[in-house]
Amino acid sequence: MNSIIRKFAVVAASALAIVSAAQAADITGAGATFPYPIYAKWAEAYKKSTNIGLNYQSIGSSGGIRQIRAKTVTFGGTDAPLSGAELDKDGMMQFPAILGGVVPVINLDGFKPGELKVTGEVLAEMFMGTITKWNDAKITALNPGKKLPDQAITVVHRADGSGTTFIFTDYLNEVSAAWKEKVGKGAAVKWPAATSVGGKGNEGVAANVGRVKGSVGYVEYAYAKKNNIPHLQLRNLNGRYVDPDDKTFAAAAAGADWFSVPGMGISLVNLKGNDSWPITGASFILMYKNPSDKAMAQNALKFFDWSFKNGKEMALELDYVPLPDVLTKAIAEKVWTQIAK
Amino acid sequence: MNSSAVDNATSSGSASVPDSGMRDLRLLRIIRKQRFQDFIFHKITLSFSLIVLVSLVGILISLAIVAWPALHKFGIGFIWRVEWDIINEEFGAAIAIFGTLSSATIAILIAMPLSFGIALFLTETCPVWLRRPLGTAIELLAAVPSIIYGMFGLFIFAPLFAEYGQPAMQSTLGQMPIIGPLFGGATNGIGILAAGLILAFMILPFIAAVMRDVFEIVPPILRESAYGIGCTTWEVVRHIVLPYTQQGVIGGVMLGLGRALGETMAVTFVIGNSQRISASLFSPGTSIASTLANEFGEADDFHLATLFALGLLLFVITFVVLACAKILIIRTERAKGLKT
Repeated sequence: MNSIIRKFAVVAASALAIVSAAQAADITGAGATFPYPIYAKWAEAYKKSTNIGLNYQSIGSSGGIRQIRAKTVTFGGTDAPLSGAELDKDGMMQFPAILGGVVPVINLDGFKPGELKVTGEVLAEMFMGTITKWNDAKITALNPGKKLPDQAITVVHRADGSGTTFIFTDYLNEVSAAWKEKVGKGAAVKWPAATSVGGKGNEGVAANVGRVKGSVGYVEYAYAKKNNIPHLQLRNLNGRYVDPDDKTFAAAAAGADWFSVPGMGISLVNLKGNDSWPITGASFILMYKNPSDKAMAQNALKFFDWSFKNGKEMALELDYVPLPDVLTKAIAEKVWTQIAK
Repeated sequence: MNSSAVDNATSSGSASVPDSGMRDLRLLRIIRKQRFQDFIFHKITLSFSLIVLVSLVGILISLAIVAWPALHKFGIGFIWRVEWDIINEEFGAAIAIFGTLSSATIAILIAMPLSFGIALFLTETCPVWLRRPLGTAIELLAAVPSIIYGMFGLFIFAPLFAEYGQPAMQSTLGQMPIIGPLFGGATNGIGILAAGLILAFMILPFIAAVMRDVFEIVPPILRESAYGIGCTTWEVVRHIVLPYTQQGVIGGVMLGLGRALGETMAVTFVIGNSQRISASLFSPGTSIASTLANEFGEADDFHLATLFALGLLLFVITFVVLACAKILIIRTERAKGLKT
C-alpha cells in the first residue's frame, strides 16, 4: 500500500515539479491547515521583498507528514508534533513556527462572550456527554448568581480530521482522566456524547453552534473573534479564569520549556502561568537534516528567518501569536544549524 | 451499414454486366477495401469500449489492493461492525452503510412519486405554452452543482426544518405507535432525514427529466386510441403509458438512486457527520461518501486503508443496485414477451 501511495506521490510531485519549474524556484511546503492563513500572508510579503515565492498546500497535518516523507516538498507542516524517535528514524528536525489558541464556544441565550465560567474537568464532562444539561449542578456551582436554563447540551465537533481537534482533545486528555481512558487525543476522535453533531471545518462548527440552541463547540480563536461567537472562560492550571486572546496565548507559550523534549514537540496545553490560556498550541515545521536539495532547504530557512523577524505584526493581525525573540534565536542557533548546507 | 453497401455493390454488379473479368476484379477490390474498413472500425470501437472495462476493473483492483490491510484485519465482519474509533484503529462500516442506505431510501421514496407526478403533468395535462419553460426549469435544476444544495441545506433549509418541520412531525408522526421513535430526539434540523430530503431535492429533477422524455416517446396513436374509446387520463397513464415506458421509468429511478448513494458534498453538509446509529431519523449520522470526504485529509496509513475499503464497499453497493435494476428490466421484458 505504501508503495502505491509513494507512486502517487511521485506522480503528483513530478506534476508539481513541472508546474513550479515554470515559475522559477518556489519553496514548496505542505501540511497543517491551522497555520495556512499566516504562512500565506508571510509568503505574499516575502515574495514582494525578495521575489522568492512559497507554495504551501494546506492538505492537513497527516498529509504534510506523508509529503515530507515522500520528499515531494521542502518542508512539511504539522500541528501534532512528531516524537524524537520518529524524527531520528527519518533523519528530520522539527521546530515550531507559530502559536495559536482554540476556544470553546457556546450558543446559550442571554450569555455574552466570556460570561460563563467552566473548568477543564467540566468541559470534558460536557464533551463526554456525562453533563447533559446547562443547569447541571457542576456548572451552576462555578457560576454563582447566574441563572442557567434547563436546556440540553448539544456537542458540536469537527467532522474532518484537523489540528484544531488535536489541540482541543490534547487539552481534554490532560485535564480529565476519564477522557484519557475512553477517548484519547488525535486529529479526529470517537466523540462519546450522545447528542454530538459534526461540522466540516471551522466554518461548519461555527455554523452549527450558531444554529443549534444550547450547543457547545470549539473553533480556532480567530474564527470565534471574527464572528463574535460567545466563548467560555476557562480556569487555568493556576486556578485563574482567563479569556482567550493573544496575551493569554503568549503567556502560555512563555511558560513552556521548549528544549525539554527532542524535536521541541512539547504540548502547550494546560501550562502554568497566571494568565496562560489552557488550550494553546503550536504548529510545527518538519525538514530533513540532510536534504536532497540543500540550496532549497536553505531558502526555506531564510523564509522562516525573515518571517520570524518581519512577520510579527501580520501574525497578530490574523490573531496568531508570533514566537518570542528568545525562542526564534534559539531555534536558529540550535535547530537550523543541524541542516547540512 | 457497411455490409449492406457491400451487398448492394455485389448485387448491382452481378446484375448489370455478366462475367467481365476486369469488373469482377474491381468489385473484389472494393469489397476487400470495405471489409478492411469495417474491420478497422470494429477494432477501434472495440478498443474504446475495452478502455472503459479495463479502467473499471483497474479501479476495482487498485481500491482492493490499497484497502487490503483493513479487509485483511476485519474480514467480512467489517460490513456489519458498528464501530468507528480512529485512535484505537477499530473500524466497521455498518454506521456509514446504514446512513448511506437510509438517506438514499428516504430520497427515493420522496422523489419517485413527485417526479412521476411532474413528468405526467408535463406530458399529459400541461398547457402547451407552459411545457417548455417548466421543462427547461427542471433541466436547469438537474444541472445545479451539489455543493449549492449543501449550502442551501445547511444555512436555509435546516434552520427552518428545525424550527417548524421537525416539531410538527414530532407532534404528529412522533406520537404514532411503531413509527413514533423514528421522529424522536433533539430537533437540530440536520441528520439522516434532512440528508434524505436534500437528496430528494437533488435527484428529483433527474428522475423527472428522464421520465418526461420516456413518456413523450409513447406513440400518439396508442394514446389517442385509448382516449378515443373513452379512457380517463389516469387510465391512459396506467394502462398505456406506464406499461410502454416501464424500462425507462425504472432506469430513471435507478439513475437517481445511484446519484443519491454516491452524493458527497450536499450530504456532508446536512447529515450531521456523527459515527452513530440511532433509532431516530432526526439524529445525525454519516454516509460512506461523507466519511471519505471528511477524513481523507488527516488519515494515517491504516485509517487510510479503511477509507479505501469503505470506498470499495460503496462501489459494490452501487454495482449491486444497478445490477438489480438491470435484472428487473430484463424480467419485465421477458414477462411482456410471454404475454404477446
